[in-house]
Amino acid sequence: MSGLLLAGCIAILALVGFWLGRNRAMALVDGNIRNLHSLPGYYGAYLALWCALPALMLVVIWSILDGTVIENLVIAGLPDSLATQSLDQRSLFLSSVRNAVSGNIVSNPTPDILAAATHYAALQSLSHWVLTAAGLALAAAGLMIARRMIVPTLRSRETVEKVIMVIMIAASGVAVLTTIGIVLSLLFEASRFFAIVPITDFLFGLEWSPQTAIRADQVGSSGAFGAVPVFAGTILITIIAMVVAVPIGLFSAIYLSEYASPSLRGVAKPLLEILAGIPTVVYGFFAALTIAPLIRGWGEGLGLDVSSESALAAGLVMGVMIIPFVSSLSDDAISAVPGALRDGSYALGATKSETVTRVVLPAALPGIFGAVLLAVSRAIGETMIVVMAAGLAANLTANPFAAVTTVTVQIATILVGDQEFDSAKTLSAFALGLVLFCATLMLNIVALLVVRKYREKYD
Amino acid sequence: MTDTGQTPGARLGLKNRTTSDENVRQRYRKERRFKLLGQLALGSAIGMLVFLLVTIVGNGYSGFFQHEIALKVHLDPARLKLGDKRDAESLARTSYGNVIKDALRSEFPDVKGRTDRRALSKLVSKDADTAVRDAVLANPEIIGTTQTIWVKATDDVDTFLKGHMSAVEQWSPDVAAKLSLEGDRVRITAAGSAFRDLQPADGSSYLVSINGGVVKLIDVAGGVAKGEVLVAPRDTATTPAGAWHISAYATPESDRRLNDKAIAWIAKLQAEDRVENRFNVSFFQTGASTAPESAGIWSAVVGSFLTLVVTLAISFPIGVLAALYLEEFAPKNRWTDVIEVNINNLAAVPSIIFGLLGLAVFLTLFGLPRSAPVVGGMVLALMTLPTIIIASRAALKAVPPSIRQAALGMGASRLQTVTHHVLPLAMPGILTGTIIGMAQALGETAPLLMIGMVAFIVDIPGGFTDSATVLPVQIYLWADSPERAFLAKTSAAIMVLLAFLILMNALAVLLRKRFERRW
Repeated sequence: MSGLLLAGCIAILALVGFWLGRNRAMALVDGNIRNLHSLPGYYGAYLALWCALPALMLVVIWSILDGTVIENLVIAGLPDSLATQSLDQRSLFLSSVRNAVSGNIVSNPTPDILAAATHYAALQSLSHWVLTAAGLALAAAGLMIARRMIVPTLRSRETVEKVIMVIMIAASGVAVLTTIGIVLSLLFEASRFFAIVPITDFLFGLEWSPQTAIRADQVGSSGAFGAVPVFAGTILITIIAMVVAVPIGLFSAIYLSEYASPSLRGVAKPLLEILAGIPTVVYGFFAALTIAPLIRGWGEGLGLDVSSESALAAGLVMGVMIIPFVSSLSDDAISAVPGALRDGSYALGATKSETVTRVVLPAALPGIFGAVLLAVSRAIGETMIVVMAAGLAANLTANPFAAVTTVTVQIATILVGDQEFDSAKTLSAFALGLVLFCATLMLNIVALLVVRKYREKYD
Repeated sequence: MTDTGQTPGARLGLKNRTTSDENVRQRYRKERRFKLLGQLALGSAIGMLVFLLVTIVGNGYSGFFQHEIALKVHLDPARLKLGDKRDAESLARTSYGNVIKDALRSEFPDVKGRTDRRALSKLVSKDADTAVRDAVLANPEIIGTTQTIWVKATDDVDTFLKGHMSAVEQWSPDVAAKLSLEGDRVRITAAGSAFRDLQPADGSSYLVSINGGVVKLIDVAGGVAKGEVLVAPRDTATTPAGAWHISAYATPESDRRLNDKAIAWIAKLQAEDRVENRFNVSFFQTGASTAPESAGIWSAVVGSFLTLVVTLAISFPIGVLAALYLEEFAPKNRWTDVIEVNINNLAAVPSIIFGLLGLAVFLTLFGLPRSAPVVGGMVLALMTLPTIIIASRAALKAVPPSIRQAALGMGASRLQTVTHHVLPLAMPGILTGTIIGMAQALGETAPLLMIGMVAFIVDIPGGFTDSATVLPVQIYLWADSPERAFLAKTSAAIMVLLAFLILMNALAVLLRKRFERRW
């Protein structure tokens, strides 16, 4: 929180700087602003930027480096007996020190730990004070220097606009950084996983049981990381979802755009949008507690053996969730077909349905295809419904009444709760995440390309 | 057009002109079928929505209510271990468990044995302590007196009273009944078919409420029934018609979490009008709890709020700045193309991947605290960023170029043109997109599971770095709980979440309607 306080102080200084700069510029020309190059406010902004930017940069960089530097100093200050321990022991030691500093209970505080903790706390508060002093000094220095630079001919507007432009470019870079962050973190963790489990075993192995035992002599001590059953489960649930979503979504879109009266359209479209706006956790609850028992009951009535976590329940509800995606995207594609094509078809004596199936749909096909691909990518990446309604057991089956598991379920169950960050089990989640990311990325790119390529046909 | 010999009619299914009437009819039938398919599709989609909402509301409305029991509590200073102290601190610190137990035991003096006594004290919630303490703290004078205080029933009692534990059938025979004691058994004699040929051996329980007592039937033969006394009747006077009744519980005793004795105790309290279904205010005031009757959503609501504040503070400025740059200033080159494609792709990346990013980068690399709203907010901000950028760009695009040209013509710089004219005009659209993005973030669960926001949070989080959970995660956690009472709580929490979402979307629609300009 002290960092925030400091940032607040700097912001106040910057405000002071704005006022100073503005007044200074006005004073220089005796209030006759026509003699200034820029409007007075820009001189104020110029001063404020000089005051705030360097100081804030210092605060950010310091905060990032601060922890590592302090830890290294603590390690350097350790007695020789501790300095020579292995890396694992050292990180254990450091974490107890950190706990001791933040006031948590430490199981066995040895004098070494306590001494190191005192050292750590001292360094921390020293760093804090130095940062505060340096930050405020830098802000004040910026203020002084920039104030001297203000002359009526200073092109302050151009400088300020350049800085704002740089900030805007940085903001648009955030999206790219996010993608890079995703790719790098997934690749990094997955490569560590593939160092333990060969990539071929992962992609083509038929057995998935990520539980690695703590003791070597336990049953099932060697975890199996063959992801094929997990992929198969994902595909099975996705297929069920698409079997529900594509016909219903497509026919709804056709009906709404070609048959429905404007008043019905006005009611039905928002209703479908509500379906899209319901949080997935609600669908998950609905699937697990309403649909799954219902299907189980029906299945038992028919003499079928239905698992209480059947793929069918999860798939059906996921299909319902995806209906609005399919319908709104197909609706866009159908509406984009020019009216002249329809008129031509009617003029030849075709009925509405003949027009739709023979003229409108073929023309809208690329858009609909893109919509379906986006829906598939949505279904593959959907998490909460399957976490709550599908099972954990990785069965390699095509039976919709059996319990299957999916990529997202495995990621979620492996990473929820406490986990050691180096075990093959934890890392396998990142490998699954990488596969998921690649699959959805490919689907998205293909969908966007198809839609973009063929949409221009009628524009 | 290789089939040059065919007329267009032939390709549409017309065979030849002589049978065209039949063909037209057939085509119209096809048309109707097609239209029907469309109606069916739309109907089933909307039907699913209605089914979903009806199930949620049907399960959930009872979650807002909670049965409470009026206890006659004798606030004995000795039992409260107070001595002569009456100051607020010792009143707040002492345990009120003893006087609550005493109140229940004095209500049912016949209850003997450890098991039964424990079952008896389990009629009221652990929260009863708080209710009595609050009453005492509000008015310390009442110590030493006997007060009627409403306390919460436990979830089992609540579930039973809401009818979720067993199907109940209740009738009061229109004949008089005579009671006679036979040792520890009791005999009830009633004329006619008052007992409807009941078979107490069939697994159901039949309880007779008579003369202020409750009798469990063991054996019925014609107009004579023998039973076991669960709550002792006042006397053995003959009871007139209509003043006694029989309740049948279909679920066998062994399958219920409340046994027949507990049900009899509740029946007695009910007969004295001391059980009420009241609006559960504490549902909106407390955090998670292992006891369903004291669990609430407030800590999750606060957690959601803190998380959304962080999300908004990060994604709104960055999103608007990025949209401004891309729409107004960016040169059309390969670099901006990459950014555009990248933003579109990011919008379709599964949310759980953002959770993995948060885990690997924010938690492991930067060492930020687990379960904290600040990290959750950052992850959700990255997730909603594409939504806000895309919506903002659409809003900026809708501002006509003539406005820009006019401003530039007056000598404004490009940045001045944008900040003074284009941005204010696009603001309603940008805000609409932002609200929709925030609604999305509010309903998101999966990425927050990855960064540890699944903690069991009893306290209300006080800051951005405290451990917290959010509303959807709370729903997920409750949905996993085995207690029947949590089903209603979960649905109730879903109703609250949906209410927030509807509110936000309504606000977005309002903004759009109010400020949208057609050029």
